[in-house]
Amino acid sequence: MDLFAEAIAWIFSTDTQSGSLPLSEAIATHLAFTVVSVLIAAVIAVPAGWLVGHTGRGREIAVGLSGAARAVPSFGLVLLLVLVFGVTHKVGASTTAFVLLAIPPILAGAYSGVEAVERRIVDGARAVGMTSSQVLGKVEIPLGLPLLIGGLRSATLQVVATVTLAGYVGSWGLGFYIVQGIQIRDFAQILGAALVIVVLAVLLDLLFALAERAVVPRGVRAGRDGR
Amino acid sequence: MTWVVDNLDLIGRLTVEHLRQSALPILLGLLLSIPLGWLAFRFRLTRGLMLTVVGLLYTIPSLALFALLPPLLGISFLSEINLVIALTIYAVAIMTRFVADALASVEPHVRQAADAVGYGAWRRFWQVDLPLAGPVVLAGLRVTAVSTISLCTVGILIGIDNLGYLFTNGYQRQIVAEILAGVVAVVVIALVIDRLLVVLGRALMPWAGKGA
Amino acid sequence: MIEFRSVTKTYPDGTDAVADFSLVVPAHTTTVLVGSSGSGKTTLLRMINRMVEPTSGSIEIDGEPIAQRDPVRLRRSIGYVLQNGGLLPHHRVIDNVATVLRLEGTPKQEAREKAAEVLDVVGLDRSLAQRYPSQLSGGQQQRVGVARALAADPNILLMDEPFGAVDPIVRAELQAETLRLQQELHKTVVFVTHDIDEAFLLGDQVVILSTGAQVAQVGSPSEIIENPADDFVASFIGTERGARALRTKHTDHGTVLVDGAGRTQGRLVESSS
Repeated sequence: MDLFAEAIAWIFSTDTQSGSLPLSEAIATHLAFTVVSVLIAAVIAVPAGWLVGHTGRGREIAVGLSGAARAVPSFGLVLLLVLVFGVTHKVGASTTAFVLLAIPPILAGAYSGVEAVERRIVDGARAVGMTSSQVLGKVEIPLGLPLLIGGLRSATLQVVATVTLAGYVGSWGLGFYIVQGIQIRDFAQILGAALVIVVLAVLLDLLFALAERAVVPRGVRAGRDGR
Repeated sequence: MTWVVDNLDLIGRLTVEHLRQSALPILLGLLLSIPLGWLAFRFRLTRGLMLTVVGLLYTIPSLALFALLPPLLGISFLSEINLVIALTIYAVAIMTRFVADALASVEPHVRQAADAVGYGAWRRFWQVDLPLAGPVVLAGLRVTAVSTISLCTVGILIGIDNLGYLFTNGYQRQIVAEILAGVVAVVVIALVIDRLLVVLGRALMPWAGKGA
Repeated sequence: MIEFRSVTKTYPDGTDAVADFSLVVPAHTTTVLVGSSGSGKTTLLRMINRMVEPTSGSIEIDGEPIAQRDPVRLRRSIGYVLQNGGLLPHHRVIDNVATVLRLEGTPKQEAREKAAEVLDVVGLDRSLAQRYPSQLSGGQQQRVGVARALAADPNILLMDEPFGAVDPIVRAELQAETLRLQQELHKTVVFVTHDIDEAFLLGDQVVILSTGAQVAQVGSPSEIIENPADDFVASFIGTERGARALRTKHTDHGTVLVDGAGRTQGRLVESSS
């Protein structure tokens, strides 16, 4: 347990705050990579997923994509893109990798949310004269939000973990401390950085857990809690 | 391509290593998650607890988990056991939720019918609940297998040689083909194992239909 | 008036849901389509508001072919009550009822006031207006469904097994309510059910369908019971046995009617005319 004390000491030491990579900067970069990548992925995947869920077209592709994506090793993808883009474009290459990894879970959340809306509800909406886009906008999207947020949640966790691995290609983010710590055999630094990463990941996850609850429409929640 | 042809030996050896390292976590994930998933399914109290714990474990980024385990378990940081335990934790985290959902997917009237014809609780679990939960458990096992095989590559960062070696080695030597070969090899073996599990599932659960 | 002219429906997988169906649905009366599952009765109903497009043939409302009308506008002009309500779970009762009015651009406040009036019409307490559908009983949800269909005051009301999912006591209540409403409102109602008793209770005109929406018999309930067209109809409406196969039995206190199981169902009285 001594190591934990040393790790905590590392987190709060002045060296860590003001070294070549200050801790606050590492956290900020880590978060910035995560937020930007997930946002870009969402802009692409959310509308696409809604359309797939609404029309049923391209469903096979979307399902196959989100299944196969799990098999792609994220660390390998980052290194591959950095080499392909060239080492002078590490930020762009890494971000591209993060976006690619974030798209499948968001896509899955968007289309499965729309698909999970009961057929009879959609049928009722059409029967009273909603246009196709009104059905999507007024019924399928609001009722599918919890699953969409679930998809964003998985994507965010995936990206947080991958940004950590990207510490191997650049002196940025919290992963760099671990990669550097391994080289210089500084286990306090490794554990300290790991603890910060865990706290960051858990906080983000908690945020999404709360959001997931908040977007359950009130009428649906009322039914779930019983009368 | 020439790099691949010249290094088939290396790729083959790393693939075998990779499979060996992934197999145990997948298997352990399945075995441990059955009692844990049952706990999560059966009791309200344990359900909240189990699902929160596995949810939290799943949240921890891999590189951070490698760093956390050694001081907690008294194992060496740069060791295969560290990798195997970390992968097992992820496997259990994924599988427990699936097993709990799988058990919940068994229709209550089937369970009641089994009780009515006189199954004991233990026998009913093994002969009715678990087989009927099988298709969903299999779906979970497929997710677990694919994720584990993919995640295993991160082991190279703590000095464990597997297909991840092609990533760091290729990166240091600036050989795109080497990294690409590693990525493709991982995807291919993950998908092959996935198909094998589907075939195995059909053989073991002929009643489940094509959807499983 | 709604008129089906040689309507057919073949699904892409080759099944013939409807094989050559023609029918006139008179205005301001209730026509019940009754048949077992697979008789295509729901398919016919859904053709009227173009939820299903016929493969051939045409449907006209007041002499105008509906194929020329915009499906969305057509649906807004026709009330539709679905089995299980089909209500929007994330909208309050009042907003569910106001749906069509809002879609047609009625201002929110006005739509809600109108919706509240319709709640009165279908016998729902206004205190339920702020609830969500999941907070209502099955029977109440069904009433909301009827209210939603009536809110924009359509001439035509389509009802797709609306009382199929509620228990018998509530069903009887809703059936009585439907009769009362129809006496007040005189809509052109097309009602689908698999329950022959419900069909005879509610229908001015009853259409008995066999597989592929073939018309086995059309007529008033009395005409059908008095003169079933064939064995299929006779067996479907149950005049051979059971509750509708009545015979007389003379007792010390007059003549009574006894069903196939030997249970006395009623007393024979002299008609007053």
